[in-house]
Amino acid sequence: MNASKPFTEFHPRWFRQRPSTYWWLWKWAYLRFVLRELSSLAVAWCVVLTLLQARALAAGAAPYADLQDWLRTPWVALLNAVCLSFLMFHSITWFQLAPRAMVVRLGGWRVPDALIIAGNFAAWFAASAAVAWLALGAGR
Amino acid sequence: MKRPIEPLLWGLFSAGGVVAALLMPVHLFLFGLAIPLGWLEPPSFEGLQSLAAHPLARLYLFVLCSLPLFHWAHRFRFTLYDGLQIKHLNEVISAVCYGGAILGTFVAGYVFLVSR
Repeated sequence: MNASKPFTEFHPRWFRQRPSTYWWLWKWAYLRFVLRELSSLAVAWCVVLTLLQARALAAGAAPYADLQDWLRTPWVALLNAVCLSFLMFHSITWFQLAPRAMVVRLGGWRVPDALIIAGNFAAWFAASAAVAWLALGAGR
Repeated sequence: MKRPIEPLLWGLFSAGGVVAALLMPVHLFLFGLAIPLGWLEPPSFEGLQSLAAHPLARLYLFVLCSLPLFHWAHRFRFTLYDGLQIKHLNEVISAVCYGGAILGTFVAGYVFLVSR
């Protein structure tokens, strides 16, 4: 206890106003932050969809065709389109943030942020192309 | 409160974020929209089935499902914590989020690594 500091027996409560639950709605930077966080729901949905596809594929041609029919219903297609835009948002923001989370040095030379970002985008396109090539070429 | 498990959770979040960023858009585009809606010529059922049955593809799909679930858990936990300020339910939220990710990992492990 520092004796030189004045001491009050009953410490006053700090005045802190609780921000509104919707604090993130009124500024684009905050909204962007919350939308980016919500993109995780699209990630979870994509996992569920992948598991459903795997189960249908293993179950046979008829269950697989049923799943394709279900994926064609308007609300599922709309949900997938919305989720895809959230996933793109996640990818773009993730790759742009990468240089701040990870500084790459090559023999004392710090690789510029722009180069890391460009490398990330190149890896994204290469991985997407590889998946598309494998998936669409299956059985041909 | 000290949480020695936090670095592990952040590491899983980060790894899942990379996997999700690199691979999920193309998966959702192909298998959620382009193939069922007929935008692209669909692969044959048998071809897709044998591709998905390949051991490397199984391992790939397992990683594609498990790591991003931990990414979801970490982000969703803080969305509820910061966004909606549900701070008094912190333990419940953590249990639901990470428990969900662990459960999902077991399901993915069963689907891709154990069954057939």
